[in-house]
Amino acid sequence: MKPTLNWQLASVTNIKPETAKVKSFTLTLDSWTRHRAGQHYDLRLTAEDGYQTQRSYSIASEPEREGEIDITVERINDGEVSTYLHDALIPGDRIEARGPIGGYFVWEAGLLPAPLLLIAGGSGIVPLMSMLRHRAVVRAKNATALLYSSRNFEEIVYYDELEKIQSANNGLRIFHTLTRSQPADWKGYARRIDEEMLKEVASPLGSAVQVYICGPTLMVESAANALIKIGIDSNQIRTERFGPTGG
Amino acid sequence: MSEERFVSRGFVGRRRAGEKKDRIPLGQYLTNDFPVLSAGPTPYTPLDKWTFAIDGLVKEKVSWTWQEFLKLPMQKYVVDISCVTKWTHLDMQWEGVSLDTLLEHVELDRKAAFVTAYSDGGYTTNMPLADVVNGQSFIALKYDDKPLAPEHGGPARMVVPHLYFWKSAKWIRGIHLMEKDKPGFWESAGYHNRADPWKEQRYWND
Repeated sequence: MKPTLNWQLASVTNIKPETAKVKSFTLTLDSWTRHRAGQHYDLRLTAEDGYQTQRSYSIASEPEREGEIDITVERINDGEVSTYLHDALIPGDRIEARGPIGGYFVWEAGLLPAPLLLIAGGSGIVPLMSMLRHRAVVRAKNATALLYSSRNFEEIVYYDELEKIQSANNGLRIFHTLTRSQPADWKGYARRIDEEMLKEVASPLGSAVQVYICGPTLMVESAANALIKIGIDSNQIRTERFGPTGG
Repeated sequence: MSEERFVSRGFVGRRRAGEKKDRIPLGQYLTNDFPVLSAGPTPYTPLDKWTFAIDGLVKEKVSWTWQEFLKLPMQKYVVDISCVTKWTHLDMQWEGVSLDTLLEHVELDRKAAFVTAYSDGGYTTNMPLADVVNGQSFIALKYDDKPLAPEHGGPARMVVPHLYFWKSAKWIRGIHLMEKDKPGFWESAGYHNRADPWKEQRYWND
């Protein structure tokens, strides 16, 4: 049975700034369907004269939250939709949405989850955050690592929540790398993701690790290629890329 | 949203003037970039190991090595491409071999009605035979006068411009002819079987 994805009017019930350029939007859905962590929704905007445009946004919240989802959106300076979401949308507004969409870049904890490696670049953290929130809610304890590359400390999305999830001591280790500038007392990595870094992060997880990579194309390409070099089978690596456009 | 059309409060959007507007399917936006989207790592098959095959419901399977494939007649194509992730890129310039040219090398079983394009890395996508013949598809080796980059599907990528871009299989290694349709990778994962952007066939039942 193939489910039909109908457009529905979602209500914007909360807007939360995450960083200077990133906000999370809570959408309440009358016709809510449980998603799988990693899936996305399409949003559609319609102008007075009937002009329409659509974009896809990853779901940030865990599937266990019922009746609503969070999406987290980076504001792209010349973006047509992200600027509207950031600058015009207010709680109480309605927006057309349909989803959940995507059946491959998804992770479900299941009964005995394999070791998990999540690699994020910039706002590529969003679908991986849904996976981490899902993992935390179902109290999975599989060995898991998140390697998260940001330009600078201020641009790390969900920093505090990630610290909190890690401190629950349930097998999750988080590694940040800051590629442009670092605070004075920075103890994390300070360069682009490379083979050596991936070796350090991935080797404790063993060779049966399941890998999800999401971020800009170049980062995803180099991380995936490096993982194959260090012996991880390409069948264990799932990727989601986004280019400079998309806004 | 059938009776009363919903309007997004305060949304103006970007209009496209004149002829271009008619070339952008509903829900798509125009880009001059070439975004990369793939489900897994980029495969790197050495050219001396590369082959391209036409198999399945053909009298005799045919296969080309890279050197043999380069000797096939190449054509230039300027086409508009729409990706289901919402971008549309007009006038993309490709160079490649028409699928019609390749099919001249086999005798099709008369039952052949569908094809699966299959690729390095295990990717597959399915189409009716009628959607890929008569000048409607080609195997591209060049983009913008340069050899096709690996992240864009190089060394060789199928291009089917009139369908959403996931039907244009990257890293293609062959075409399998079949009597019955068989959903491919994305077609099994929620995406539309036919994928006509002008009918906005993005997902199942669209």
